[in-house]
Parts: sequence; C-alpha cells; structure tokens
Amino acid sequence: MAASFFNNKARAAAIASSSSKPKAGDNKEDSSRLQPWVEKYRPKTLDDVAAQDHTTNVLQRTLQASNVNHPAPNTWNNEITPTSSLTCSSTDPPGTGKTSTILALAKSLFGPALYRSRILELNASDERGIGIVRDKVKNFARAQLTQPTGLDAAYRAQYPCPPFKIIILDEADSMTQDAQSALRRTMETYSRITRFCLVCNYVTRIIEPLASRCSKFRFKMLDTSAAGERIGNIAEQEGLQLEDGVIDTLIRCGDGDLRRAITYLQSAARLVGATKPPAAKDADDDAEMTDVGSNSSVITVRSIEEIAGVLPDNILDSLVEAMQPKSGGSVYEAVSGVITDLVADGWSATQLVGQLYRRVVFNEAIPDIQKNKIVMLFSEMDKRLVDGSDEHLSMLDLTLRIAGVLRGN
Amino acid sequence: MALLVDKLRPRTLDALSYHPELSDRLRSLAHSGDFPHLLVYGPSGAGKKTRVIATLKELYGPGVEKIKIDARVFQTTSNRKLEFNIVSSVYHLEITPADVGTYDRVVVQELLKEVAQTQQVDLSAKQRFKVVVINEADHLTRDAQAALRRTMEKYSPNLRLILLANSTSNIIAPIRSRTLLVRVAAPTESDICSALHLAGKKEGWTESEVLNKRIAKESGRNLRRALLMFESIYAQNEKVTDKTLIPPPDWEALITLTADEILAERSPARLLHVRARLYDLLTHCIPPTTILKTLTFKLVARVDDALKPDVIKWSAFYEHRIKLGSKVIFHLEAFVAKFMRIYESYLMGMDF
Repeated sequence: MAASFFNNKARAAAIASSSSKPKAGDNKEDSSRLQPWVEKYRPKTLDDVAAQDHTTNVLQRTLQASNVNHPAPNTWNNEITPTSSLTCSSTDPPGTGKTSTILALAKSLFGPALYRSRILELNASDERGIGIVRDKVKNFARAQLTQPTGLDAAYRAQYPCPPFKIIILDEADSMTQDAQSALRRTMETYSRITRFCLVCNYVTRIIEPLASRCSKFRFKMLDTSAAGERIGNIAEQEGLQLEDGVIDTLIRCGDGDLRRAITYLQSAARLVGATKPPAAKDADDDAEMTDVGSNSSVITVRSIEEIAGVLPDNILDSLVEAMQPKSGGSVYEAVSGVITDLVADGWSATQLVGQLYRRVVFNEAIPDIQKNKIVMLFSEMDKRLVDGSDEHLSMLDLTLRIAGVLRGN
Repeated sequence: MALLVDKLRPRTLDALSYHPELSDRLRSLAHSGDFPHLLVYGPSGAGKKTRVIATLKELYGPGVEKIKIDARVFQTTSNRKLEFNIVSSVYHLEITPADVGTYDRVVVQELLKEVAQTQQVDLSAKQRFKVVVINEADHLTRDAQAALRRTMEKYSPNLRLILLANSTSNIIAPIRSRTLLVRVAAPTESDICSALHLAGKKEGWTESEVLNKRIAKESGRNLRRALLMFESIYAQNEKVTDKTLIPPPDWEALITLTADEILAERSPARLLHVRARLYDLLTHCIPPTTILKTLTFKLVARVDDALKPDVIKWSAFYEHRIKLGSKVIFHLEAFVAKFMRIYESYLMGMDF
C-alpha cells in the first residue's frame, strides 16, 4: 500500500475496486436499473473525467500536494493552492463535466466514510436565498471538524482526508446578488476549516468580490472523440448493441452536451428493450434473439433521432427542394404544402429552424451575400418562437422568405 | 346523449385504429415495469389524450376509468386563494395547471409533492407509482417547469409524469432531456376516412364515401373536428348524398365574409366595418391567433402568387405582435390595414 501512496492512478484503481464490491444483491440491482445512467456513470475519480485535461491535471496536483503535506496539516493549509475554487465555463453548453469533476474530486479527497460529514452540496432546485446562506451554509461552515473513529491507516492511505469541509454550490450563477454578497464574509472567516466550490455556466454572473476570492477553472467543450469513447463505454457495460453511426448521431443530437447524449441513449435502450419481449414471443423460433441476454436488440440511428425529435432527412430534402426558385410562378404552393404536413405530423418548429439552419448555412452552393440575408431571418425567427408565436405561420414565413432570398430579391 | 367523439373514443390500445407501431411501443413500455416519464406531443385532434388514457388502462387495468372530480383550494404566497379542479382515479390524477395562469407553479409544487410523498396504498395495484397527467404542458410558465425538474428526479419511485403538449418548443430543455419524447402525428386523410366509415357503420347511418373524403380534407387532418363535422351533417340533413354541403362553423363563415369584404374594397370606411366584425369574433371568444391565421389563409388563397409571401410575412409579423402586446384588436386591425395597402399598391402596379 505504501508504494501506491503517491500514485494517484493506483489509488483510483483501489477506489474503483472497493466501490464495485457492494454492488451485489437483487435489491441493489433493481434500484440501479431505475437510476438514470447519467448518475450511474458519473465519473468516480478524477482520472475518469473525460477530456478536461488541464483542469484535472491541476486538481490532481492539488491532491498530490495534499498528500505530501498530510502529516503536518497546519502548514498544508497555507500551501494548498485554491482557497476556494470556482469552476466555470463561460460560454459552453451544459453537460461538459463541471459537476462531475468536482464530485469526483470530493470523493477522492474524503472517501465514503467522511463524504457525508464533510461535503454540503446545494443546487439550484434547493432553496438558496439569502436566508439559507445566512443559516444553513454558515452553520455548516463554522461547525468544527469531526474526527471519525475507526479509520485505519489503509483508509488514510487511500484518501488524503484533508482537514477541511467543502461546500459545493452548484449552478451558482442562479443565486441572487444578495445571497452572493452574504457569502463573501463567510468564505473568508471560516477558510481555515471550510472551502467553497462554486460551479456555474456564466462566470460574469458571479459578483466580482466572490470571483476574486476563488481560483478559476475553465472547462472547455467536450471534443467528439472523448465523448464518443465515453458513450461507447456505457453501451458496452449495459450490453447494448449499437448500429454503426449511432454514437456519432448521439453526439450530434446532444450538441456537445454529454448528459443529453447519455439520456437519449438510455431512452433508446428502454424503447428497444421494451419492444423486444412481444417480438420474442411472436417469433419463438428466432432462437438467437432469446439467447443473448436482456437488452440484445440493436439500437438504430433512426430510433435515436426519433427520441431526440430530429426531423428525418427526406422531409428536410423535400422542404429544401420546395424552396428552390422555380422557372415559372411562385414557390408558395409547394412550400406551404410541405409546411402544412410538417405541422400536422407534429414536428417542433425550433428543431426545424435548427436543422434548416445547418442545411442552408453549410451549403456551398448558396452565395455568401445571400447567406448573410438568410442568417438574419433565422435570428428573427428564433426570437419569435421563443416569444411563443404561432409555429405554423412562423415556419411558413421563414421558408418563404428564404425562398425569396434564394430567388435573388 | 354523448357526442360521437366521446362515445366512440377507443378505450384500449388495441382499439386504436392508426399508428400501430406507436401503440405497440406504448404497450411494451407499460409492461416493462420501468415506465419512464413521457412527453406526448402532436397537433390537436391527433389522439394524444386517447393514447394516454389507453396506456393508463394498460398500466393499471379498468380501475383508471372510475374517475371523480375534486375542487381543491390552494393558497399563494400573497394569500390569494385559488380554486383548482383535479380529475382523479385511485391510480392517477389529471390536471391542467394552465387554468390558474401565472400561479401554476404553486399548484405544481404543492400538488405533486403531496402525491409524490404518499405511497400507493392499494397493495393489489399493478404498479407502485402513481401517474400525474399534465394537460397543456406547453402553457406552463418557466417557473413551473423549473419546479417540475427537481420533482421528476427526486420522487421518481412514487411518481411518473405524462406531459401533453402541442409542441416541444415551449418546453425547457432540462424537462425534454428527462422525458421520453413521444410524437403523435395527425392521422392521414385516409385514416380519417376509415374512422368516419367505422363511426357511420356503428350508428347505422347511410354514408357516402365522397362526402367522407371531403370531410377529411376539410378537417385539416384533425380527427376530432372531422367527427364533429360528420355528426353535425347527419344531424342537419335528412338524407345525405355526395353533394351535401359541409356547413362551416359560424366563426369561419364570418371570417370568409370578412375576407371577401377586404378584397372587394380597400378604404378607411371598409376598415372601420371590418373592425366591427373583428370585435364580434373576439367577443365570441375566438382566439386572436385563430382569427389571424384563418383570415390570412383565406386571403392568401385569393391573391396573386407574387403577393403571397408578403401577406404571410406580415401575418407572421402581427401574430408575433399579438403575443407580445396587450390589446389584440390593434394588431388584427393593423394587419388588415397593411394587407389593404399592399394589395392596393400591387393592383395599381406600384412598388411597395
């Protein structure tokens, strides 16, 4: 054990093996089946966090540092880099792993025995007004550390257990200004025994005095290969069979948001797993179907797109075709026909706007000057849809105006 | 006597006449034991509600059909009392939070928490969870949707939600990513024809196929509307032939008349006249969007091709204004005035 003392990789492996042990018994299995996969496959250690190398490296080093200084907790306090850390990503979509990273860090710092007493996690759905900051947060922050009994040396070797508590404020940018200012003094006064960790999407929404008390970590958008690897992993562990291109589709539909991609995958697995039993009953002679475990049906690209509400390509094709300028007369009849069908089939206008945008803007055949005009139309339409305008009229207007631009006036 | 729409509504998944794949999928979801939250969306009259009720029956058996209506009183933070109707059976609840306008958050929070915190009492029940059906989920305010978000995760052992919406556009992304999206497309015209045929046979009415086709076309792929039209035709005529007229609803007739008047004369005097008509429609509780849309499509059908994109453009523009503004008559009138102007300048050969 002593050899792996300084080795984070080995420690991570030890955690993984120890945490996988208690997962036996029917009851546990049942609850994990009902658990969202996003929670189930949240990274357990910093090494598992996908594609945020810079941030995890810094945090790893922090961990290592805490480990080295562990025998002398007092000096440690002054040396550790972040007083409080502020994890943020300024313009990125959600689902890049901010919360996952910080939870993984907390887990590898304290381990299961201390986790409950040392971590306070609050997110936007909990009440977080100024009252809570003054009351709950402050009380937790000033509570003295408890030294749990019965922690043997092996546990201490695995987890550094630094002498402070961590308060994680998830989605901190949705806290009110007042609540944030109430935090200021609390953060400083109890910094000896409590560290704060704020997680937010927009660092600009955190008031300056708070931001200056924190060291900041920026999370970049997940690149596709890392995200794909992760999804592939999950699919493998769940025993799913994926058609070629499913992973790419998931990433595309998720728009860089890994959480969304995983949720889509789970829904698809449910549907496929769900539609399977009657099929197996109908075709009993189909022996291979019944042999290969529970979730053996193949997930197709189309089923993912259907779950994500993505319009199939042939509908878009017909729409684009209808918008092309005709030699004689107007495009109105063709376009309005397609749009009426779209509305009757229940496709969502926001989805159409997004997909049409990609189609038009990345189309090399359209001259740039026309694209300029078209992009302005998209901007206006998005605003209208957010304001709750009628979808039928808006879609018709958008497509007719694009057709007008394509015709050249 | 019940209307055809209610009397002939299919009660089980097997009785549904179109979208067989969707019915299969819902049935297997109901049997899988791992029933997810659902977001069912599609245009009105496509059969969303019918499918949901059939699914519930598949989940719990015939017990869901014994429903009662409760009136509950909720208190807002500002001590206002809200009366709210809940349709419920032993196994499920059905609510329309949009009824209470901006206070829907209070209802959603209190009611759902209450339901979620009590376990299913009936031990012989097939499922451990209760289902809450939320109608018109796309009319929920942002606050109410945000409140749903946490409830969906926290209480998932005791509670499943089925949201019904016309479009997913107004539903916030976190909710969309927590639910299984189920799209119910409108029935095709031939689907409607066969539904009408069945209805006619059950009632023992002599029917004509040509008329059925015309009704299907007229209804705009809305099955509820088609059935209502079908019934009203048979109620009004002794003998029904291929050529029987389909009487349009009163408001639609009035809008057609208005469109004729607008096209016939473009002058301030006529605008004033049209204004009275618009007021008439509004006082009869026809939604302004419906008025504007119907009027637009009536007008568009009768103007020159070159003018059509412009009419649509301004119609969409003023529809947006209606949503943002507070007094709808301004915008309806502005649309009529704008239309008169572009139509007039087009006829005069001027550039507009």
